[in-house]
Formats: sequence, C-alpha cells, structure tokens
Amino acid sequence: MNYPYWVAVFLLMLGLYVMVAQRNLLKKLVGMNIFQTAIILFFLLLSVKRHATLPIVPGTVGDVRGFMNPLPHALMLTAIVVMVATTGVALAILIRLHTAYGSLEERVIAERLSAPPGPAAGPEAGR
Amino acid sequence: MRAHLPILPVLLSLAGALLLPLVGLATRRAAWSLAVASAGAATLAAAAGLVDVLVRGTQRYPVGGWPPPWGIELVLDPLSAFMATSVSGVSTLALLGAGAGVAAGVGAPVFYALALIALTGFLGMIASGDLFNVFVFLEIASISSYALVASGGGAALVAGFRYVVLGTVGASFYLLGVGLLYALTGTLNMADLAARLPAVADSPLFVGGVAFVVIGLAIKMGLFPLHGWLPDAYTYAPNAVSTLLAPVGTKAAAYALARTLLYVLRPEGLPVNATVAWAGGAAVLAGGVMAARQVDSRRLLAYSSVSQLGYIALGLGLANAPALAGAYFHVLNHALMKAALFMVVGAAGLQGRGPALRTLGLGPAMPVTTVCAVVAALSMVGVPPVGGFFSKWYLLQGAIEAGQPLLAAVVLVGTLLALVYMYRLTESVWFPAPAGRGAAPEAPAPVLVALLLLTVAMVAAGLANAPIVTRILAPAAAR
Repeated sequence: MNYPYWVAVFLLMLGLYVMVAQRNLLKKLVGMNIFQTAIILFFLLLSVKRHATLPIVPGTVGDVRGFMNPLPHALMLTAIVVMVATTGVALAILIRLHTAYGSLEERVIAERLSAPPGPAAGPEAGR
Repeated sequence: MRAHLPILPVLLSLAGALLLPLVGLATRRAAWSLAVASAGAATLAAAAGLVDVLVRGTQRYPVGGWPPPWGIELVLDPLSAFMATSVSGVSTLALLGAGAGVAAGVGAPVFYALALIALTGFLGMIASGDLFNVFVFLEIASISSYALVASGGGAALVAGFRYVVLGTVGASFYLLGVGLLYALTGTLNMADLAARLPAVADSPLFVGGVAFVVIGLAIKMGLFPLHGWLPDAYTYAPNAVSTLLAPVGTKAAAYALARTLLYVLRPEGLPVNATVAWAGGAAVLAGGVMAARQVDSRRLLAYSSVSQLGYIALGLGLANAPALAGAYFHVLNHALMKAALFMVVGAAGLQGRGPALRTLGLGPAMPVTTVCAVVAALSMVGVPPVGGFFSKWYLLQGAIEAGQPLLAAVVLVGTLLALVYMYRLTESVWFPAPAGRGAAPEAPAPVLVALLLLTVAMVAAGLANAPIVTRILAPAAAR
C-alpha cells in the first residue's frame, strides 16, 4: 500500500552504501546525490493524494480536499537548490584535488599526501 | 527599526557579503574593512536585540508579513539573542584578526564574502523559529564553510571533501527528521509543533523524527562519536578560516540542537537527553585524551574543540537550570578562547613558526600574544576568574543536581585533561623555539587588537558571570 515509500527507503540505503563502500571520491559524491534525492522523493510522496488535482485555484477555494498539498513541493524546490549548491562545491573541490594529485582514488591521494613534497617522487621517495 | 531587530543582524551580514565582491575589486584593505564593519554592525544589532529582549520580552517577527504557522517566523528570545550576540561578536573579532593573515589560496575578497555568508547562515539558524528555515540557513552556513575549509589546498581539499560528504549526511538526516515530523503534525513552525507534538508523542514517526533530527544536528555539531570531519577540517584549513569556524561554526549547530531538542521536541518518553549527555561525557574524555597526544598545535586545538563541545552537549543533555546555564555560557566562553588560541597559532604562522608544537616558541619576542595565549589556556582549563571556570562550575552544579556523580566526575577529569594539553601548548608558546630562529617581531596590529579584545572579553565574561547568568541565561534556560 505504501510501496512508494519503500522506494525512497531503498534509495536512501543505496546512497549511504555507495558513500561508505566506494573508494573513488566522485562515486562517493554520486552516492551522496542519490541519498539527497531519496529525501526529496520522500517529501514529495507526502503530498501525493488520490482523486486530487493541482493546487491552482481560480477564484474561491471551496473544498480543499480536492487539492494536493503544495507545501512539500515548495520545500523541495529549496532543497534541490541546496543540493545543487552542495554538489557544485564538492565538484569544485574534486577538480582541484584531481589537478593536485592526478587521481580521485582515496588510496592514491592518501599515498601522495603522505609522500614528501618534491618533483617526481621516485621509488626511493616512498616510505 | 526596533520592530525589525530580530532580522537585522542577518540582513546586515548578508548585505556585507553581497557588497564584498564589488568592493573587493578595489583593494584588499577595503574588503577587510567592509567585512569587519558588516560583522560589527551585525554584532551591534544583535546586542541591541539582546537589550530589547531583556526590556520587552520575547519578540516574534513574521518574515514578509505572513503570519505563522503558514509564514516563516523569526523569534528573538533571551537564548537566541545571547547566541546571536556571542556568535557575531566573536566572528567580528576573528575577521578583524584575519586582516593580517589572509593571503595564499583563496583571494581575500572571496574569503571575506564566504565568511560573511557563513555568518549570515549562523545568525539565520539562531534567529529562525521554523524547522525548515533552520535547514536552509544551516546549509547556507555549511556550504560556505566547506568552501572556506577547502580553500587551504593540499590536505585541506581532502578534509574539505570529507566535510562536504559528512556534513551533507548530517543535513539530510535533519531534513528527513523534519519531514517525518511534518508528516505527523502538518506544521513546521517551532511553536506550533511544540503545541501539537505532545498529543502524538507515542507515534513511531515521532521517534524516527526525533532520532534523525538529533543525529543530523549532532553530526553538524561535531559531537563525539560523530565528529569524524572536525579534526582534519580545522587542522588543514587556513588559519584565518579555523579562527572563524572553530569558535562559532559548531556552536550554531549546538544551538539548533538545544532549540529543537529542549524547546520543541521535548521527547520525555525517549532516552534522548541521557544519550546526548553521555555522548557529551564521552566527548569530553576522548577529545581530551586525543588532544593531549597531538604534536601539531592546530590538531591539538581541534581535538580540544571536540572535548569542549562535549561539555556543551553534557549540559544540554542534563537539561536542568544550572546545567543549561553552564552549557550556554560555555558556548560564549569556548568561542572566545578558541578564537584567541587559533589566532595565536595564526600569528605564529605569520612569522613562519608552527604549526608543530616544538616550533611554535613565541617566547619573550611576542609578549602580548604570549600573555593572551596564557589567559585563553587558563580559561580552557577553568581557572577563576576567567570565563571558562564559571561555565564548568555551573555544569558541575547541574550534574550534581541531576544526581549524576559520574558525569560530575567527567567534568572534573575533563578539566585535568585540559590542563595537560593546554600545558603542552602554553609551554611551547612560552619558551623560545630551539636554535635557528631569530627574534620574531610582535604580531601585526589588527591581530593584537583582536587578541586583546578577546582576552578582555574572556576575563570580563568571568567577572560578570553572575549578572550574565541571572539576567540572561536563567530566563533562557527556563522552558
């Protein structure tokens, strides 16, 4: 009966799993976006109503039961803006990381961070 | 004007942030002056709001004239007025001190614009009386914080990315919790929600909503064991950024936790308060032990933040009058001392010293900076008459009054741990660094002025603790 909510829960879990399990930072970001999208889906499901129409009212309102709740849509419009801004900042950080370390693999970046700075670290420059 | 006091600090800070890129085209000094002026004006407005609240009582401000619960409402009560004044005041001083040090990485106007946007977010979170509006301001503050942290380059990029991911998980949990509560009650207004929740407090939606809201805000606040993003972010961020974010960033989230948990959700049937209190106790100990083991001054200060935030959470969890007064007072005291200490490390960095403890040695060459560092360290440990003593004293009283001798012991042991790590920091600041380094000149004038003001404020907060607690914090703790 409430099966659309299970889709939201599944996406939420999937996003969390991708964020934790993936070692590539860009894939972590994709997981984060799935996670956020799941919450947007959850909010929108709250306003779903059978035998109801769009809350655009010409003239007097009459029976409000015939309209869907517009508030979750308005809230999620804001949340989507927040999500886009977060993704933008994260992507900007990833671009700078890739420029600096030539990789988005967590392991590679950690290795190059711990290596002493200097040109072309040879095999003897490692730990 | 008086009617608009609840929104004025937010608007002043936002106006500064929007003007900055234009002014920043002129000179770096103009950008710095505008940032300090804008944050200073926000502080004055917040202080005026605090006075107004004490005279006239709680003020409600419907944004855009839409009446609550449909419209967004800002609420200026003793608690939010005190927090807004503390946060904007410390931010102003942090920006003042940043004038000398903002250089590498992100351009100066961008730094100041991001800092003011972050301040706008903090002040908005504090002013808001609407759960979803808190989320929006929380994210405004967080997104600019991510950018500020990552502007350090190198390891700060990795720390910044981790901060983005964990911070977004925190914000999303909060949003999910708000969604569950909205599904349950059909309202987002805090006062309205507080009135409707008791009737439905046995619903599983309420349990889920409370859990997600509290966990989400605990991540944002850096409450142990959800503090994973915090040490790296504050260690690798540029010094000017740590000086701004470490004192006030986590405090705004702590305020949001206090506001939602204690004044709106009030989950009496669930063991939430106890969990927060014990997580705070664990944070005090774990953060203190980790801080005592560090060899890098900034990492030491970051772990000390974990420990000190634990004190605040401990007070919020105990939630009786003295514990809450202590927790709220500790927000101010910790912001002052952490800003001062990060500023000292930043001043040392300007002379090419630190951040490793053994290369800090400001010694006799920088006497004013050194003395300010010592006063801040005394406050951190909790030596009267500096402010930190009194907030811990009220927390101790609260723990005893709540019949929690173990938590009272944690407050005391945390003080001993603070003594250990602050001694290590003070020792390395006080004694000259080993050979090879010439005498350093005293820190630049803006840093000195900001440091001295912070130090005076620390001592003043300690000396004036009785009026602050009885006039402002006792009414704030009443719920």
